[in-house]
Amino acid sequence: MDAHVAQLQMQYRNYILSLYQQGFLDDQFTELKSLQDDGSPDFVAEVLSLFFDDCVKLVGNMARALDQTGTVDFSQVGANVHQLKGSSSSVGAKRVKGLCINFKELCEAKNYEGCVRCLQQVDIEYKTLKAKLQDMFNLEKQIVQAGGIVPQVDIN
Amino acid sequence: MASDGGVSCLRRSEMMSVGIGGIDSPPLDVDEVHVLAVDDSLVDRIVIERLLRITSCKVTAVDSGWRALEFLGIDNEKASAELDRLKVDLIITDYCMPGMTGYELLKKIKESSSFRQVPVVIMSSENVITRIDRCLEEGAEDFLLKPVKLADVKRLRNYLTRDVQVSNGNKRKLPEDSPPLTLSHDSSDSSPPPSTLSPDSSDSSSPPLSPVEIFSSPLLSPLDDEDDDVLTTSPESTPSPVRRQKMRSPGLD
Repeated sequence: MDAHVAQLQMQYRNYILSLYQQGFLDDQFTELKSLQDDGSPDFVAEVLSLFFDDCVKLVGNMARALDQTGTVDFSQVGANVHQLKGSSSSVGAKRVKGLCINFKELCEAKNYEGCVRCLQQVDIEYKTLKAKLQDMFNLEKQIVQAGGIVPQVDIN
Repeated sequence: MASDGGVSCLRRSEMMSVGIGGIDSPPLDVDEVHVLAVDDSLVDRIVIERLLRITSCKVTAVDSGWRALEFLGIDNEKASAELDRLKVDLIITDYCMPGMTGYELLKKIKESSSFRQVPVVIMSSENVITRIDRCLEEGAEDFLLKPVKLADVKRLRNYLTRDVQVSNGNKRKLPEDSPPLTLSHDSSDSSPPPSTLSPDSSDSSSPPLSPVEIFSSPLLSPLDDEDDDVLTTSPESTPSPVRRQKMRSPGLD
């Protein structure tokens, strides 16, 4: 086998493993990957793209809801957090989901400063994940372009 | 694929034929099992759609309870003849949705004479026992905890109302490590052999699956221990309804 391809594949494996080890991804991501096949080769990319669109929309909603001069509608913020928690859970975005769990409690406690801080963290976190996954997809593309196959990575 | 908030229907070319039984299929419908999925989250709709398609179901995905009722024709009094014959074999709905919750949708479906027999499965990200009980009491067939996995959806195959050819003589479990299944074909049987699981074949005169193909097909992947019925491709011609099983546990894995 081409040494270059082998090296890329190893790089890819290590990268994926690190994403799991650092808590960016959980087993739901593994599940999504298992749903992808030759008939639907872009399934994971498509779902993640929709997820990140969701993030932009929901974070925007939350920012607006928290930006009200006067009374903040925490239930409105909470409703958006609930949605983000749901979609992050469905794609395996572990850190984002974890933040949403905290965020939900902060909304229930009507903790304004806490919510604002948490929203900032959510914003950073989803953007970080997006960059990491983009790197992952780029590695996949490089492997394929070099004539190799993207390896299945065994997490356990 | 669903890319907006409306209804998304599977293109026929993307459907895999179910290939098991269906001798008495209603003329208006195709042989595929038809699932109506209801979820306000686009991400979740895409995922559930994929899970269902992998298990050989035709999927219609809508983004709200109201759209679901509209699709079923429950909400308007002048249901057309076409809508009367709309075949939905399973409805799977999220619990928490704005406007109409999954629970409210469940109630409306159970109040409908046309659709009360259709099994309804509720999905939720929250494992609240009172919520689960309430849904079951209202007639939900099962309750899945999100995020939904392929194993959960495969289990749902047991709740289908569509008549499926189940051979009483060949009923047996498919444990994961059992030796390859040996099919017994009754040579004197004159009923048409079952169609294969090839993507574009709905022709009932296709040859039966070999044991290897049976084992590797998504439809007949090993069922979990709690399932007593197994689908076979025995050519025996007595269709009997798949026994509907009441929920045993939430979809916790």
